[in-house]
Amino acid sequence: MSRTALLVLADGRFPAGGHAHSGGMEAAVASGRVHDTASLEAFCRGRLHTAGLVAAGLAAAAADGCDALALDQAADTRTPVAALRRIARRLGRQLMRAARATWPSTDLDHLARHRPQGAHQPVVLGVTARAAGLAPLDAARAAAYDSLGGPATAAVRLLSLDPLDATAVLARLAGELDTVADAADAAARRVTAEGVGVLPAASAPLLDITGEQHAAWTVRLFAS
Amino acid sequence: MTLTTAKTPAVIPAPAGEPLQADGGSHGRHSTKSAPADPSGVTATAQIRAAHNGRTTTVPLLHNDDPFHLRRLRARGEQARVCVLGAMSAPLGGDRLALDITAGRRARLEVTTAAATIALRGPTTTPATYDVRITVDDDATLHWLPEPLISTRGSTLHQTFTVDLAPTSRLVMREEQLLGRSGEVPGHLTTRLIVRRGGRPLLDQQTAYGYPAPAWDGPAVLGSHRATGQLLLVDPGLGTPQEPHVIDDDPAEGHAVLTPLADPRALIATAVAPAPAQLRHLLDTALAYAYTYETPRPDADGEQ
Repeated sequence: MSRTALLVLADGRFPAGGHAHSGGMEAAVASGRVHDTASLEAFCRGRLHTAGLVAAGLAAAAADGCDALALDQAADTRTPVAALRRIARRLGRQLMRAARATWPSTDLDHLARHRPQGAHQPVVLGVTARAAGLAPLDAARAAAYDSLGGPATAAVRLLSLDPLDATAVLARLAGELDTVADAADAAARRVTAEGVGVLPAASAPLLDITGEQHAAWTVRLFAS
Repeated sequence: MTLTTAKTPAVIPAPAGEPLQADGGSHGRHSTKSAPADPSGVTATAQIRAAHNGRTTTVPLLHNDDPFHLRRLRARGEQARVCVLGAMSAPLGGDRLALDITAGRRARLEVTTAAATIALRGPTTTPATYDVRITVDDDATLHWLPEPLISTRGSTLHQTFTVDLAPTSRLVMREEQLLGRSGEVPGHLTTRLIVRRGGRPLLDQQTAYGYPAPAWDGPAVLGSHRATGQLLLVDPGLGTPQEPHVIDDDPAEGHAVLTPLADPRALIATAVAPAPAQLRHLLDTALAYAYTYETPRPDADGEQ
Protein backbone atom coordinates (compact mmCIF):
# COMPACT_ATOMS: atom_id res chain seq x y z
CA MET A 1 0.00 0.00 0.00
CA SER A 2 1.07 3.52 -0.73
CA ARG A 3 1.16 6.70 1.34
CA THR A 4 -0.13 8.41 -1.80
CA ALA A 5 -3.49 6.93 -0.78
CA LEU A 6 -3.55 9.69 1.87
CA LEU A 7 -3.45 12.30 -0.89
CA VAL A 8 -6.31 10.59 -2.69
CA LEU A 9 -8.36 10.39 0.51
CA ALA A 10 -7.72 13.98 1.60
CA ASP A 11 -8.16 15.47 -1.88
CA GLY A 12 -11.12 17.81 -2.03
CA ARG A 13 -12.02 16.17 -5.32
CA PHE A 14 -12.48 12.77 -3.67
CA PRO A 15 -16.19 12.17 -4.39
CA ALA A 16 -17.45 12.01 -0.79
CA GLY A 17 -19.87 14.93 -0.90
CA GLY A 18 -17.95 17.21 1.47
CA HIS A 19 -18.08 20.15 -0.94
CA ALA A 20 -21.76 20.70 -0.09
CA HIS A 21 -20.92 21.40 3.57
CA SER A 22 -19.41 24.50 5.14
CA GLY A 23 -18.78 23.08 8.62
CA GLY A 24 -20.67 25.92 10.28
CA MET A 25 -19.13 28.63 8.14
CA GLU A 26 -22.35 29.67 6.41
CA ALA A 27 -24.02 30.38 9.76
CA ALA A 28 -20.89 32.16 11.04
CA VAL A 29 -20.79 34.40 7.96
CA ALA A 30 -24.51 35.14 8.15
CA SER A 31 -24.18 36.30 11.77
CA GLY A 32 -21.19 38.48 10.89
CA ARG A 33 -18.82 36.59 13.18
CA VAL A 34 -16.66 35.62 10.21
CA HIS A 35 -16.14 38.55 7.85
CA ASP A 36 -12.47 38.58 6.82
CA THR A 37 -9.30 36.52 6.71
CA ALA A 38 -8.47 37.05 10.39
CA SER A 39 -11.89 35.89 11.60
CA LEU A 40 -11.75 32.98 9.14
CA GLU A 41 -8.47 31.93 10.72
CA ALA A 42 -9.90 32.21 14.25
CA PHE A 43 -12.91 30.14 13.19
CA CYS A 44 -10.71 27.46 11.64
CA ARG A 45 -8.41 27.36 14.66
CA GLY A 46 -11.37 26.95 17.03
CA ARG A 47 -12.93 24.25 14.88
CA LEU A 48 -9.60 22.42 14.52
CA HIS A 49 -9.12 22.17 18.29
CA THR A 50 -12.70 21.07 19.00
CA ALA A 51 -14.62 19.25 16.25
CA GLY A 52 -11.38 18.58 14.36
CA LEU A 53 -9.67 17.02 17.37
CA VAL A 54 -12.67 14.83 18.14
CA ALA A 55 -12.90 13.69 14.51
CA ALA A 56 -9.17 12.99 14.41
CA GLY A 57 -9.36 10.83 17.53
CA LEU A 58 -12.26 8.79 16.19
CA ALA A 59 -10.60 8.38 12.79
CA ALA A 60 -7.27 7.32 14.29
CA ALA A 61 -8.94 4.75 16.54
CA ALA A 62 -10.95 3.36 13.62
CA ALA A 63 -7.80 3.17 11.48
CA ASP A 64 -6.12 1.34 14.35
CA GLY A 65 -8.75 -1.39 14.09
CA CYS A 66 -10.83 -0.51 17.17
CA ASP A 67 -14.48 -1.62 17.12
CA ALA A 68 -16.08 0.78 14.61
CA LEU A 69 -19.55 0.36 16.09
CA ALA A 70 -18.28 1.31 19.55
CA LEU A 71 -16.56 4.32 18.00
CA ASP A 72 -19.78 5.26 16.24
CA GLN A 73 -21.51 5.31 19.62
CA ALA A 74 -18.62 7.32 21.06
CA ALA A 75 -19.21 9.82 18.25
CA ASP A 76 -22.88 10.02 19.25
CA THR A 77 -22.03 10.82 22.87
CA ARG A 78 -19.65 13.53 21.63
CA THR A 79 -22.26 15.10 19.35
CA PRO A 80 -25.07 16.42 21.55
CA VAL A 81 -26.87 18.30 18.78
CA ALA A 82 -29.31 16.31 16.63
CA ALA A 83 -28.62 18.23 13.40
CA LEU A 84 -24.88 17.64 13.64
CA ARG A 85 -25.37 13.91 14.25
CA ARG A 86 -27.63 13.74 11.21
CA ILE A 87 -25.07 15.57 9.04
CA ALA A 88 -22.17 13.43 10.30
CA ARG A 89 -24.09 10.27 9.36
CA ARG A 90 -25.07 11.63 5.96
CA LEU A 91 -21.45 12.50 5.22
CA GLY A 92 -20.44 9.08 6.52
CA ARG A 93 -22.83 7.37 4.17
CA GLN A 94 -21.53 9.34 1.18
CA LEU A 95 -17.93 8.64 2.09
CA MET A 96 -18.75 4.96 2.54
CA ARG A 97 -20.05 4.73 -1.01
CA ALA A 98 -16.88 6.26 -2.46
CA ALA A 99 -14.60 4.30 -0.12
CA ARG A 100 -16.07 0.88 -0.91
CA ALA A 101 -15.60 1.55 -4.61
CA THR A 102 -12.05 2.79 -4.09
CA TRP A 103 -10.63 0.46 -1.41
CA PRO A 104 -12.98 -2.55 -1.07
CA SER A 105 -12.64 -4.14 2.36
CA THR A 106 -14.55 -6.40 4.73
CA ASP A 107 -14.21 -3.77 7.47
CA LEU A 108 -16.06 -1.22 5.35
CA ASP A 109 -18.67 -3.86 4.41
CA HIS A 110 -19.17 -4.71 8.08
CA LEU A 111 -19.69 -1.09 9.09
CA ALA A 112 -22.00 -0.40 6.15
CA ARG A 113 -24.10 -3.46 6.99
CA HIS A 114 -24.54 -2.43 10.64
CA ARG A 115 -25.09 1.27 9.95
CA PRO A 116 -27.15 1.31 6.74
CA GLN A 117 -28.18 4.95 7.42
CA GLY A 118 -24.52 5.91 7.70
CA ALA A 119 -21.96 5.87 10.48
CA HIS A 120 -20.36 9.09 11.73
CA GLN A 121 -18.07 10.40 9.00
CA PRO A 122 -14.80 10.34 11.02
CA VAL A 123 -15.35 6.67 11.86
CA VAL A 124 -15.90 5.84 8.20
CA LEU A 125 -12.84 7.92 7.35
CA GLY A 126 -10.73 5.88 9.76
CA VAL A 127 -11.97 2.53 8.50
CA THR A 128 -11.33 3.79 4.97
CA ALA A 129 -7.78 4.79 5.85
CA ARG A 130 -7.24 1.30 7.27
CA ALA A 131 -8.62 -0.24 4.07
CA ALA A 132 -6.20 1.93 2.09
CA GLY A 133 -3.29 0.69 4.17
CA LEU A 134 -2.73 4.00 5.94
CA ALA A 135 -1.60 4.47 9.54
CA PRO A 136 -3.81 5.86 12.34
CA LEU A 137 -1.79 9.08 12.33
CA ASP A 138 -2.57 9.48 8.62
CA ALA A 139 -6.27 9.07 9.38
CA ALA A 140 -6.04 11.63 12.18
CA ARG A 141 -4.35 14.09 9.86
CA ALA A 142 -6.94 13.57 7.13
CA ALA A 143 -9.81 14.05 9.59
CA ALA A 144 -8.27 17.18 11.11
CA TYR A 145 -7.60 18.64 7.68
CA ASP A 146 -11.13 17.78 6.61
CA SER A 147 -12.42 19.86 9.54
CA LEU A 148 -10.74 22.94 8.03
CA GLY A 149 -10.98 22.45 4.28
CA GLY A 150 -14.78 22.74 4.16
CA PRO A 151 -15.04 25.98 6.15
CA ALA A 152 -12.11 27.61 4.34
CA THR A 153 -13.48 26.79 0.89
CA ALA A 154 -16.96 27.89 1.90
CA ALA A 155 -15.64 31.22 3.22
CA VAL A 156 -14.13 31.96 -0.17
CA ARG A 157 -17.51 31.50 -1.80
CA LEU A 158 -19.58 33.21 0.89
CA LEU A 159 -17.37 36.25 1.44
CA SER A 160 -15.68 36.48 -1.97
CA LEU A 161 -12.38 36.17 -0.14
CA ASP A 162 -9.21 35.81 -2.12
CA PRO A 163 -8.64 32.03 -2.43
CA LEU A 164 -4.93 32.65 -1.91
CA ASP A 165 -5.67 34.19 1.52
CA ALA A 166 -7.84 31.23 2.50
CA THR A 167 -5.15 28.78 1.44
CA ALA A 168 -2.57 30.76 3.41
CA VAL A 169 -4.79 30.33 6.48
CA LEU A 170 -4.69 26.56 6.03
CA ALA A 171 -0.93 26.66 5.58
CA ARG A 172 -0.48 28.74 8.75
CA LEU A 173 -2.53 26.19 10.71
CA ALA A 174 -0.50 23.23 9.43
CA GLY A 175 1.72 23.08 12.50
CA GLU A 176 -1.24 23.14 14.87
CA LEU A 177 -2.92 20.52 12.73
CA ASP A 178 0.09 18.26 13.22
CA THR A 179 -0.15 18.77 16.99
CA VAL A 180 -3.86 17.94 16.95
CA ALA A 181 -3.26 14.82 14.84
CA ASP A 182 -0.47 13.68 17.17
CA ALA A 183 -2.69 14.15 20.23
CA ALA A 184 -5.52 12.26 18.55
CA ASP A 185 -3.18 9.45 17.55
CA ALA A 186 -1.79 9.20 21.10
CA ALA A 187 -5.31 8.98 22.54
CA ALA A 188 -6.34 6.38 19.95
CA ARG A 189 -3.47 4.11 21.01
CA ARG A 190 -4.98 3.92 24.50
CA VAL A 191 -8.47 2.89 23.36
CA THR A 192 -7.83 -0.86 23.25
CA ALA A 193 -6.61 -0.90 26.86
CA GLU A 194 -8.77 1.86 28.37
CA GLY A 195 -11.89 2.17 26.23
CA VAL A 196 -13.30 4.92 24.02
CA GLY A 197 -13.60 7.31 26.98
CA VAL A 198 -9.96 8.34 26.47
CA LEU A 199 -10.73 9.84 23.05
CA PRO A 200 -10.96 13.64 22.85
CA ALA A 201 -14.40 15.13 23.50
CA ALA A 202 -13.74 18.83 22.90
CA SER A 203 -16.83 20.84 22.10
CA ALA A 204 -17.59 24.35 20.85
CA PRO A 205 -20.88 25.93 21.98
CA LEU A 206 -21.30 28.17 18.92
CA LEU A 207 -20.75 25.30 16.48
CA ASP A 208 -23.42 23.33 18.35
CA ILE A 209 -25.94 26.15 18.56
CA THR A 210 -25.51 27.47 15.04
CA GLY A 211 -25.45 23.92 13.63
CA GLU A 212 -29.04 23.47 14.71
CA GLN A 213 -30.00 27.02 13.69
CA HIS A 214 -28.60 26.51 10.21
CA ALA A 215 -30.43 23.23 9.75
CA ALA A 216 -33.71 25.11 10.18
CA TRP A 217 -32.98 27.63 7.42
CA THR A 218 -35.24 27.19 4.42
CA VAL A 219 -32.83 28.79 1.95
CA ARG A 220 -29.13 28.07 2.21
CA LEU A 221 -26.13 27.57 0.00
CA PHE A 222 -24.59 24.72 2.00
CA ALA A 223 -26.12 21.63 3.61
CA SER A 224 -24.38 22.41 6.90
CA MET B 1 -42.61 19.00 38.22
CA THR B 2 -41.75 22.51 39.29
CA LEU B 3 -38.46 24.16 39.57
CA THR B 4 -37.47 27.51 40.91
CA THR B 5 -34.11 29.06 40.41
CA ALA B 6 -32.41 31.93 42.09
CA LYS B 7 -31.82 35.07 40.12
CA THR B 8 -28.30 35.74 39.10
CA PRO B 9 -27.16 39.33 39.33
CA ALA B 10 -26.35 40.97 36.04
CA VAL B 11 -22.93 41.90 37.27
CA ILE B 12 -20.91 39.64 39.52
CA PRO B 13 -19.03 41.77 42.01
CA ALA B 14 -15.53 41.02 43.15
CA PRO B 15 -15.60 38.27 45.78
CA ALA B 16 -16.61 39.59 49.16
CA GLY B 17 -19.11 39.08 51.91
CA GLU B 18 -19.18 37.54 55.33
CA PRO B 19 -18.78 34.96 56.54
CA LEU B 20 -17.15 33.32 53.56
CA GLN B 21 -14.26 35.39 52.40
CA ALA B 22 -12.70 34.78 49.05
CA ASP B 23 -9.19 34.97 50.39
CA GLY B 24 -9.69 32.26 52.93
CA GLY B 25 -10.65 34.17 56.04
CA SER B 26 -11.84 32.14 58.98
CA HIS B 27 -11.90 28.93 56.97
CA GLY B 28 -8.15 29.05 56.57
CA ARG B 29 -6.01 27.77 53.77
CA HIS B 30 -3.77 25.57 55.84
CA SER B 31 -5.54 22.26 55.96
CA THR B 32 -3.79 19.48 57.84
CA LYS B 33 -5.47 16.82 55.71
CA SER B 34 -3.70 14.56 53.23
CA ALA B 35 -1.06 16.44 51.31
CA PRO B 36 -2.17 17.72 47.89
CA ALA B 37 0.18 18.28 44.98
CA ASP B 38 0.77 21.86 46.01
CA PRO B 39 1.50 22.54 49.67
CA SER B 40 -0.57 25.72 49.68
CA GLY B 41 -3.63 23.92 48.30
CA VAL B 42 -6.50 22.29 50.15
CA THR B 43 -7.73 18.76 49.54
CA ALA B 44 -11.36 18.33 50.47
CA THR B 45 -14.21 15.94 49.71
CA ALA B 46 -17.72 16.74 50.85
CA GLN B 47 -20.49 14.15 50.63
CA ILE B 48 -24.25 14.26 50.38
CA ARG B 49 -26.42 11.16 50.40
CA ALA B 50 -30.19 11.22 50.25
CA ALA B 51 -32.40 8.18 50.86
CA HIS B 52 -36.11 7.42 50.81
CA ASN B 53 -37.42 6.07 54.10
CA GLY B 54 -40.74 4.77 52.77
CA ARG B 55 -42.54 8.07 53.37
CA THR B 56 -40.22 10.82 52.24
CA THR B 57 -36.65 11.70 51.38
CA THR B 58 -34.14 12.09 54.17
CA VAL B 59 -30.49 13.12 54.04
CA PRO B 60 -28.67 10.63 56.30
CA LEU B 61 -25.20 11.71 55.17
CA LEU B 62 -24.03 15.30 55.07
CA HIS B 63 -20.26 15.36 55.35
CA ASN B 64 -18.66 18.79 55.61
CA ASP B 65 -15.07 19.28 54.61
CA ASP B 66 -13.45 22.72 54.53
CA PRO B 67 -14.07 24.79 52.47
CA PHE B 68 -17.40 23.03 51.83
CA HIS B 69 -20.19 23.53 54.34
CA LEU B 70 -23.45 21.78 53.66
CA ARG B 71 -26.78 22.92 54.99
CA ARG B 72 -30.19 21.25 54.90
CA LEU B 73 -32.87 23.54 53.55
CA ARG B 74 -36.60 23.19 54.17
CA ALA B 75 -37.96 20.33 52.08
CA ARG B 76 -40.21 21.13 49.15
CA GLY B 77 -42.90 18.46 49.25
CA GLU B 78 -41.14 15.11 49.04
CA GLN B 79 -37.98 16.74 47.77
CA ALA B 80 -35.12 17.15 50.23
CA ARG B 81 -32.91 20.15 49.64
CA VAL B 82 -29.28 20.79 50.45
CA CYS B 83 -27.29 23.96 49.93
CA VAL B 84 -23.53 24.01 49.50
CA LEU B 85 -21.92 26.95 51.27
CA GLY B 86 -18.30 27.92 51.04
CA ALA B 87 -17.52 26.75 47.55
CA MET B 88 -17.23 30.46 46.82
CA SER B 89 -14.11 30.72 48.98
CA ALA B 90 -12.45 28.20 46.68
CA PRO B 91 -11.02 26.89 44.51
CA LEU B 92 -7.67 28.58 44.69
CA GLY B 93 -4.63 27.41 42.79
CA GLY B 94 -3.48 23.98 44.00
CA ASP B 95 -6.80 23.06 45.64
CA ARG B 96 -8.25 19.60 45.01
CA LEU B 97 -11.91 19.74 45.77
CA ALA B 98 -14.53 17.05 45.34
CA LEU B 99 -18.23 16.86 45.98
CA ASP B 100 -19.99 13.47 46.04
CA ILE B 101 -23.75 13.56 45.66
CA THR B 102 -25.90 10.42 45.79
CA ALA B 103 -29.65 10.19 45.50
CA GLY B 104 -30.52 6.69 46.73
CA ARG B 105 -33.39 4.60 45.43
CA ARG B 106 -36.64 6.65 45.19
CA ALA B 107 -35.04 9.69 46.83
CA ARG B 108 -35.78 13.17 45.54
CA LEU B 109 -32.99 15.62 46.16
CA GLU B 110 -32.15 19.14 45.10
CA VAL B 111 -28.65 20.51 45.62
CA THR B 112 -27.86 24.20 45.15
CA THR B 113 -25.03 26.52 46.07
CA ALA B 114 -25.40 29.68 48.12
CA ALA B 115 -23.46 31.89 45.74
CA ALA B 116 -21.30 31.81 42.67
CA THR B 117 -18.18 29.65 42.85
CA ILE B 118 -15.15 31.76 42.06
CA ALA B 119 -11.94 30.28 40.73
CA LEU B 120 -9.10 32.47 41.94
CA ARG B 121 -5.40 32.37 41.32
CA GLY B 122 -4.46 32.18 44.99
CA PRO B 123 -0.84 32.07 46.08
CA THR B 124 0.23 29.76 43.25
CA THR B 125 -0.38 29.22 39.55
CA THR B 126 -0.77 25.47 40.13
CA PRO B 127 -4.08 24.31 38.63
CA ALA B 128 -6.99 23.64 40.94
CA THR B 129 -9.32 20.70 40.41
CA TYR B 130 -13.00 20.46 41.27
CA ASP B 131 -14.65 17.07 40.78
CA VAL B 132 -18.39 16.66 41.19
CA ARG B 133 -19.50 13.03 41.26
CA ILE B 134 -23.22 12.42 40.99
CA THR B 135 -25.01 9.10 41.39
CA VAL B 136 -28.75 8.76 40.93
CA ASP B 137 -30.21 5.35 41.78
CA ASP B 138 -33.37 3.68 40.49
CA ASP B 139 -36.52 5.81 40.59
CA ALA B 140 -34.59 8.65 42.20
CA THR B 141 -34.55 12.29 41.09
CA LEU B 142 -31.69 14.73 41.43
CA HIS B 143 -31.68 18.42 40.65
CA TRP B 144 -28.16 19.87 40.64
CA LEU B 145 -28.63 23.61 40.24
CA PRO B 146 -25.54 25.47 41.39
CA GLU B 147 -24.90 29.15 40.92
CA PRO B 148 -22.37 30.02 38.19
CA LEU B 149 -18.70 29.22 38.20
CA ILE B 150 -16.61 32.33 37.59
CA SER B 151 -13.13 32.03 36.16
CA THR B 152 -11.05 35.01 37.24
CA ARG B 153 -7.81 36.38 35.90
CA GLY B 154 -4.76 34.23 36.59
CA SER B 155 -6.70 31.19 37.82
CA THR B 156 -6.50 27.72 36.34
CA LEU B 157 -9.30 25.31 37.16
CA HIS B 158 -10.03 21.85 35.82
CA GLN B 159 -13.61 20.81 36.57
CA THR B 160 -14.94 17.30 36.09
CA PHE B 161 -18.54 16.20 36.36
CA THR B 162 -19.11 12.46 36.41
CA VAL B 163 -22.75 11.46 36.45
CA ASP B 164 -23.99 7.88 36.83
CA LEU B 165 -27.69 7.44 36.29
CA ALA B 166 -29.83 4.35 36.84
CA PRO B 167 -32.12 3.69 33.85
CA THR B 168 -35.23 4.76 35.82
CA SER B 169 -33.69 7.83 37.42
CA ARG B 170 -34.27 11.47 36.56
CA LEU B 171 -31.82 14.34 36.43
CA VAL B 172 -31.92 18.08 35.97
CA MET B 173 -28.44 19.53 35.92
CA ARG B 174 -27.42 23.10 35.19
CA GLU B 175 -23.94 24.41 34.64
CA GLU B 176 -23.10 28.05 34.07
CA GLN B 177 -19.66 29.43 33.44
CA LEU B 178 -18.69 33.07 33.43
CA LEU B 179 -15.41 33.95 31.78
CA GLY B 180 -14.10 36.71 33.98
CA ARG B 181 -15.95 39.07 36.27
CA SER B 182 -17.38 42.18 34.67
CA GLY B 183 -14.74 43.48 32.26
CA GLU B 184 -12.09 41.05 33.50
CA VAL B 185 -9.91 38.72 31.44
CA PRO B 186 -10.72 35.15 32.50
CA GLY B 187 -8.34 32.53 33.76
CA HIS B 188 -8.07 29.10 32.19
CA LEU B 189 -11.09 26.88 32.74
CA THR B 190 -11.58 23.35 31.46
CA THR B 191 -14.70 21.32 32.11
CA ARG B 192 -15.19 17.64 31.42
CA LEU B 193 -18.72 16.28 31.57
CA ILE B 194 -19.25 12.53 31.48
CA VAL B 195 -22.76 11.14 31.86
CA ARG B 196 -23.60 7.44 31.90
CA ARG B 197 -27.06 5.95 31.96
CA GLY B 198 -27.35 2.33 33.01
CA GLY B 199 -23.56 2.13 32.69
CA ARG B 200 -23.61 3.20 29.03
CA PRO B 201 -22.12 6.51 27.94
CA LEU B 202 -24.79 9.12 27.28
CA LEU B 203 -22.76 12.31 26.92
CA ASP B 204 -19.05 13.04 26.84
CA GLN B 205 -17.94 16.63 26.49
CA GLN B 206 -14.99 18.82 27.22
CA THR B 207 -14.67 22.57 26.99
CA ALA B 208 -11.60 24.76 27.40
CA TYR B 209 -11.81 28.53 27.76
CA GLY B 210 -9.34 31.29 28.53
CA TYR B 211 -5.67 31.41 27.60
CA PRO B 212 -4.02 29.09 26.53
CA ALA B 213 -7.11 27.39 25.05
CA PRO B 214 -6.81 28.00 21.27
CA ALA B 215 -9.36 30.40 19.74
CA TRP B 216 -11.73 30.02 22.69
CA ASP B 217 -13.00 33.57 22.01
CA GLY B 218 -13.10 33.02 18.25
CA PRO B 219 -16.19 32.71 16.06
CA ALA B 220 -16.43 28.90 16.32
CA VAL B 221 -16.35 28.62 20.12
CA LEU B 222 -17.69 31.55 22.17
CA GLY B 223 -17.20 34.60 19.97
CA SER B 224 -17.75 37.71 22.06
CA HIS B 225 -19.89 35.88 24.62
CA ARG B 226 -18.52 35.57 28.14
CA ALA B 227 -21.30 33.50 29.70
CA THR B 228 -22.00 29.94 28.63
CA GLY B 229 -23.93 27.12 30.13
CA GLN B 230 -25.81 23.91 29.72
CA LEU B 231 -28.88 22.33 31.10
CA LEU B 232 -29.16 18.57 30.96
CA LEU B 233 -32.47 16.86 31.52
CA VAL B 234 -32.71 13.08 31.67
CA ASP B 235 -36.11 11.53 32.15
CA PRO B 236 -37.32 8.05 31.18
CA GLY B 237 -40.71 9.70 30.55
CA LEU B 238 -39.23 11.30 27.43
CA GLY B 239 -40.00 8.27 25.33
CA THR B 240 -40.40 9.55 21.81
CA PRO B 241 -37.81 11.54 19.89
CA GLN B 242 -38.34 15.29 20.12
CA GLU B 243 -37.60 18.02 17.64
CA PRO B 244 -34.76 20.37 18.55
CA HIS B 245 -35.72 23.89 19.51
CA VAL B 246 -33.64 27.00 18.88
CA ILE B 247 -33.96 30.02 21.19
CA ASP B 248 -32.59 33.12 19.47
CA ASP B 249 -35.27 35.78 19.61
CA ASP B 250 -32.66 38.47 20.03
CA PRO B 251 -29.13 37.48 18.97
CA ALA B 252 -27.69 40.39 20.97
CA GLU B 253 -29.00 38.69 24.12
CA GLY B 254 -27.33 35.38 23.28
CA HIS B 255 -28.82 32.19 21.96
CA ALA B 256 -29.43 28.58 22.86
CA VAL B 257 -30.41 25.26 21.40
CA LEU B 258 -32.43 22.56 23.10
CA THR B 259 -31.86 19.19 21.49
CA PRO B 260 -32.34 15.52 22.26
CA LEU B 261 -29.19 13.46 22.68
CA ALA B 262 -28.80 10.26 20.68
CA ASP B 263 -30.66 8.64 23.57
CA PRO B 264 -34.00 10.48 23.23
CA ARG B 265 -34.68 10.25 26.97
CA ALA B 266 -32.12 12.97 27.46
CA LEU B 267 -32.28 16.60 26.36
CA ILE B 268 -29.54 19.16 26.52
CA ALA B 269 -29.68 22.91 26.21
CA THR B 270 -26.50 24.73 25.29
CA ALA B 271 -26.45 28.51 25.59
CA VAL B 272 -24.08 31.42 25.10
CA ALA B 273 -24.80 34.96 26.21
CA PRO B 274 -23.02 38.25 26.83
CA ALA B 275 -23.69 38.16 30.59
CA PRO B 276 -25.08 35.89 33.34
CA ALA B 277 -28.61 37.30 33.48
CA GLN B 278 -29.24 36.60 29.80
CA LEU B 279 -27.66 33.16 30.16
CA ARG B 280 -29.98 32.24 33.01
CA HIS B 281 -32.96 33.49 31.06
CA LEU B 282 -32.01 31.30 28.08
CA LEU B 283 -31.57 28.21 30.22
CA ASP B 284 -34.83 28.86 32.11
CA THR B 285 -36.62 29.27 28.78
CA ALA B 286 -35.12 25.99 27.54
CA LEU B 287 -36.17 24.18 30.70
CA ALA B 288 -39.72 25.49 30.48
CA TYR B 289 -39.83 24.34 26.86
CA ALA B 290 -38.39 20.95 27.75
CA TYR B 291 -41.19 20.31 30.21
CA THR B 292 -43.73 20.74 27.44
CA TYR B 293 -42.20 17.61 25.89
CA GLU B 294 -43.36 15.53 28.83
CA THR B 295 -47.04 16.03 28.11
CA PRO B 296 -48.85 15.21 24.88
CA ARG B 297 -48.12 18.01 22.49
CA PRO B 298 -50.77 19.85 20.50
CA ASP B 299 -50.84 19.17 16.76
CA ALA B 300 -50.20 22.70 15.65
CA ASP B 301 -47.32 23.81 17.79
CA GLY B 302 -45.59 25.57 14.96
CA GLU B 303 -42.26 23.76 15.19
CA GLN B 304 -40.54 22.01 12.29
